[in-house]
Amino acid sequence: MLRMARSLPEEVLEHVFSFIHSDKDRNAISMVCKSWYEIERWCRRRIFVGNCYAVNPSMVIRRFPEVRSVELKGKPHFADFNLVPDGWGGYVYPWIAAMANAYPWLEEISLKRMVVTDETLELIAKSFKNFKVLVLSSCEGFSTDGLAAIAANCRNLRQLDLRESEVDDPSGHWLSHFPDSFTSLVSLNISCLGSEVNFSALEHLVGRCPNLRTLRLNRAVPLDRLANILRRAPQLVELGAGTYSAELRPDVFSSIAGAFSGCKELKSLSGFWDVVPGYLPAIYPICSSLTSLNLSYATIQSPDLVKLVSQCQSLQRLWVLDYIEDIGLEALAAFCKDLQELRVFPSEPFALEPNVSLTEQGLVSVSEGCLKLHSVLYFCRQMTNDALVTIARNCPKMTRFRLCIIEPRTPDYITLQPLDDGFGAIVEHCKDLRRLSLSGLLTDRVFEYIGTHAKKLEMLSVAFAGDSDLGLHHVLYGCENLRKLEIRDCPFGDKALLANAAKLETMRSLWMSSCSVSFGACKLLGQKMPRLNIEVIDERGPPDSRPESCPVEKLYIYRTLAGPRFDMPGFVWTMDEDSALRFS
Amino acid sequence: MACVLGGADGDLNYEETELCLGLPGGGKSEVETTTPKAPGKRGFAETVDLKLNLQGKDAVMDLNDNIKNASKDKNHLPAATVKDPAKPPAKAQVVGWPPVRCYRKNIMAQKNTSEVGEKASGNSAAFVKVCMDGAPYLRKVDLKMYKSYQELSDALAKMFSSFTMGNYGAQGMIDFMNGSKLMDLLNSSEYVPTYEDKDGDWMLVGDVPWEMFVESCKRLRIMKGSEAIGLAPRAMEKCKSRT
Repeated sequence: MLRMARSLPEEVLEHVFSFIHSDKDRNAISMVCKSWYEIERWCRRRIFVGNCYAVNPSMVIRRFPEVRSVELKGKPHFADFNLVPDGWGGYVYPWIAAMANAYPWLEEISLKRMVVTDETLELIAKSFKNFKVLVLSSCEGFSTDGLAAIAANCRNLRQLDLRESEVDDPSGHWLSHFPDSFTSLVSLNISCLGSEVNFSALEHLVGRCPNLRTLRLNRAVPLDRLANILRRAPQLVELGAGTYSAELRPDVFSSIAGAFSGCKELKSLSGFWDVVPGYLPAIYPICSSLTSLNLSYATIQSPDLVKLVSQCQSLQRLWVLDYIEDIGLEALAAFCKDLQELRVFPSEPFALEPNVSLTEQGLVSVSEGCLKLHSVLYFCRQMTNDALVTIARNCPKMTRFRLCIIEPRTPDYITLQPLDDGFGAIVEHCKDLRRLSLSGLLTDRVFEYIGTHAKKLEMLSVAFAGDSDLGLHHVLYGCENLRKLEIRDCPFGDKALLANAAKLETMRSLWMSSCSVSFGACKLLGQKMPRLNIEVIDERGPPDSRPESCPVEKLYIYRTLAGPRFDMPGFVWTMDEDSALRFS
Repeated sequence: MACVLGGADGDLNYEETELCLGLPGGGKSEVETTTPKAPGKRGFAETVDLKLNLQGKDAVMDLNDNIKNASKDKNHLPAATVKDPAKPPAKAQVVGWPPVRCYRKNIMAQKNTSEVGEKASGNSAAFVKVCMDGAPYLRKVDLKMYKSYQELSDALAKMFSSFTMGNYGAQGMIDFMNGSKLMDLLNSSEYVPTYEDKDGDWMLVGDVPWEMFVESCKRLRIMKGSEAIGLAPRAMEKCKSRT
């Protein structure tokens, strides 16, 4: 006998669903039954599209008609390192144009690695009456003219965050386009802008926005302006200073020190270009409440860094240059017991000789002293398997581990062995590891360890590693939760890729450059896998002008419901069912 | 350039190309070819020879042994602070390695330049935009990747050659060059590379020594020869005022 389940009224279900925010949970809800699918799609307010080409705007709009917040990502991660030629794609305009019609009440747009134009910004500015949040992370293609349109028209703007974007021909006058009546700003990040902004416009803006919590200035804001700005915004929680350098003068110093002491809520500091160490004591009074410190532009040497970090007992996140050296990391381990995330960037990435005394020992010290450490990005010039095993044992809760040994294929400098065992220990002990970047001398064995142990791994970055297709096979076969795989300069070819073709549909994307995947294999994948876009990126000209066995320069494979895209430049070819015909 | 070779032939031994460029342990002559030369001095032939590993394979293998021995010794020394005032020669840059974002590279470069004054350190990037009249999008090149105008010219030809090839995907963009090779056109002076220098002036590419060009070039434009005619006299004046 069929028993009809008594169902709750729609409004009740909708109310219950409104407490569910994570995409994963929302997706699960929508799969329960048809009516839940319908109710859920009408009340979903946030959309995250990890690859803007995986789906097209009309599909999204058709399914989710009442969206308020959209997050899109465009280019693959290796675009950050100039491996993706300009013009590849990632244009956001078609999305904005579609949403301008469909989502008049859209409030938030977050974009990462996308090409944004002034036209796009102007369209945003005039289409969404209640627009509140614009985050452009590592984007490019727009100028301050576009920003002026946002400033002039978005009356309820709360957040304007240009983090790490490339903004053309910046001029400072766009800030003056915020009307005097505009007071709603909560977060402003202009740290990436190259040239000066109008200082009095900036001060006036800061002064009239009482809810301003985050202010990240750019390098062009000199130290003597900082005090004025801070005095107008003592409620700031996050500050990015500009240039932290000026002639040492007691009056300037006390002005800055006084301004900083007035900011009782400051938890996060960044910026600090061109630091004059004599001015550092001005921030000592607030150090003990800092949870986040980004000194990755600050060219201060380790004695000053030690003095600074030893006062930051609440520190949870530190980004710093390798000037900190092993000795500074020992101090960090001793004083900053709440540290969760550490990033050490190279001050001279292209120098042959080490210019600082930063070795594997620094990271080992931090792993010993900071028990909450779970996210690491570490550039160094030497490493040992023992050090990696120690780190793995000390930090079983590691979730992100990115090690960059600057010289490719560097072995364990003591034993001269590959670093397979060291990274093997990392994946074996750190069972929650979600992101891993490898470096140093590595054989297929490390991939066997990864395939065997890294069951929660979602993103893997590989460079100059491995011996054969077996390496790639281990990863594709064993890493059940793998979503993003990016590989460069590895001897991986057709076999592993073709044998694991179905796996590719369970991942967001695969990038392979300077490997050994042949054009023939790409064509075959394109024919067999209609739900994947197989993009061959090759600046040497059309792939069919070379033999089929010739390896392609770059390969980008991603799953998609939208089919091949139509905005490709001349050096990108999508393999599909017709490619066999077109290329013969 | 190692990345270009690597892409074309997956078996290329990366060590050979990388170690060619005058690591410590090699002779003084290797060091000299990698540091920027004084304007006017031609080291091009030597540079090509070592970098591309085209000739004298035996010589290259000897170099490899030298370097392997030298670096072995170095690795056994305890890590000591090495603060060498004279900057060591930089190695060949592989594209995108180490994985440092370009705004980080450029910021450190600005700092270094102000620290060490005029002398250009080899360890920074110099990305400039390149546009070509009629092309639908811009490209970017890192001038520090090249050692000569010839290398830059080859790279640009490759970069924009896609406009001369047939396949543009479904958009069906017009083959505006009617199938002719870009290199031929550059050579035949129908298209002329020009650049904007630090003073904001547009100059013909090729007038000044390569290193001076890298330091002063802000952006590149490949323009039709007819439009470039007005540039030549200005370029000459500028050169005169400099010497």
